[in-house]
Amino acid sequence: MNLSTSSLRQVLASSASDEVWSFVWPAIGSTLYMLAVTTLLTFVLGLGLGIVLVVTDKDGIKSMPVFNAVLGAIVNVLRSFPSMILIILLLPLSRLILHKTYGANACILALVGSCFPMLGRLVESSIHEVAKGKLEAAKAMGTTNRDIILKVLLPEALPSLVRSFTVTVIAILGTTALAGSFGAGGLGDVAVRFGYNRFRTDVLIPTVLVLIALVQAIQALGGAIARGIERKRYLV
Amino acid sequence: MPDEPFVKIRGLKKTFRTRDGDVEVLKGIDLDVGKGDIYGVIGFSGAGKSTLLRCLNRLESPDSGKVSVNGVEISSLDKRRLLEERRKIGIIFQQFNLFDSGTVFDNVAFPLEIAGIQRRRIEERVEEILELVELADKARCHPAQLSGGQKQRVGIARALANEPELLLSDEATSALDPQTTYSILQLLKRINKRLGLTVILVTHELDVVRCACRHLAVIEDGRIVEEGETRSLFSNPKSGTARQFIRIGEEFSRDFLVQGGESI
Repeated sequence: MNLSTSSLRQVLASSASDEVWSFVWPAIGSTLYMLAVTTLLTFVLGLGLGIVLVVTDKDGIKSMPVFNAVLGAIVNVLRSFPSMILIILLLPLSRLILHKTYGANACILALVGSCFPMLGRLVESSIHEVAKGKLEAAKAMGTTNRDIILKVLLPEALPSLVRSFTVTVIAILGTTALAGSFGAGGLGDVAVRFGYNRFRTDVLIPTVLVLIALVQAIQALGGAIARGIERKRYLV
Repeated sequence: MPDEPFVKIRGLKKTFRTRDGDVEVLKGIDLDVGKGDIYGVIGFSGAGKSTLLRCLNRLESPDSGKVSVNGVEISSLDKRRLLEERRKIGIIFQQFNLFDSGTVFDNVAFPLEIAGIQRRRIEERVEEILELVELADKARCHPAQLSGGQKQRVGIARALANEPELLLSDEATSALDPQTTYSILQLLKRINKRLGLTVILVTHELDVVRCACRHLAVIEDGRIVEEGETRSLFSNPKSGTARQFIRIGEEFSRDFLVQGGESI
């Protein structure tokens, strides 16, 4: 059903029908599953990558300029690929590990590969924002590099890290929808198969509305957590 | 060796490589500071005084020369030993450099935590040291809630938590108003007397050394041009820089007083 064959009212009525929601609901579940697992893995890899980028920087606490330059170049290469291409390129990796190139789990691997370099860069810039003087104070007190990272840099950068993380989760959601086209399932898959291929605007509307609601919710939650931390520290 | 100075610097040189070429910041510094002294290093901006101070806990590594504190040669320590020695040298900064993520208590507890001291002992020690800097009632506050003077008191408490033998002050009062500066200097003098702590204080403010320091070195363009007891140096300055400092100080306080009198 779409606007060239039916009225807006009919399309909207169909959008709310049980028939449409019978495949939108499972798609939401599948999208949330992919989002959750991808976010978790991206968080671990991205945070690790960001810390390594900062620490091995030319002026970092464990300066390794050559390694840093090589790692930075690899990150840049990964980030230059359009997500769609990267997902296609990474699917063979899923075949290698999971013996499968379709379904949510196979796509998660590709999604993580396409999202964690971005989080790595965001974490890097969040940590760089911590005033150099705090780092110096920590060094002067005889703090080990491990403690500098865990007890100074990460806690001091926390509100900014939460914001970087929020941006990344939303980017992951967008990429998840894209991955729908490659057999991942979820809202993106429903939007493409029904909304686009079969001209079913009545299906497209709820999927888009759900995606909008998810983005709003993630942004609101992330923003509230970051502000909450700042308020607790009396920084705002 | 009873005559060995507490802090001994010999032939200290440091060059920074910048985009605009090499800048030799320290051109061979010799300096002795006795135990329990409050020693001032005064100089104009860019004279190298902060770099000199930062060579003492090796926030800056010297290119050549020797730096020793209480018989330990800081300039040749390996990484592990350097961490240990740094715990015995406190430092306070112009910008305080407190950690916003924690409370006043957390900030003062930090050096104790990283030194692996037991929680109960940490609590006692923090309470004791906050008492000393007169901030016992602010333990649960965050740094952002404090005034500049209070922040610097926290900085001092944090620097003293590990019971250091040496306290370095890098322009610690330069961001504070005159009254607060005075009260911070009084605090440093009290701590110096009570704990027998040696203090090295770097500043561009003449009044600070006049108020707090028993001995003084004047640094200019990477070299020490004059040193001695504060009082005799003030009454009989020999170097151009020392004279300039005193003259500017006098003119400033005279103009300030006259103008202040007129405006009131």
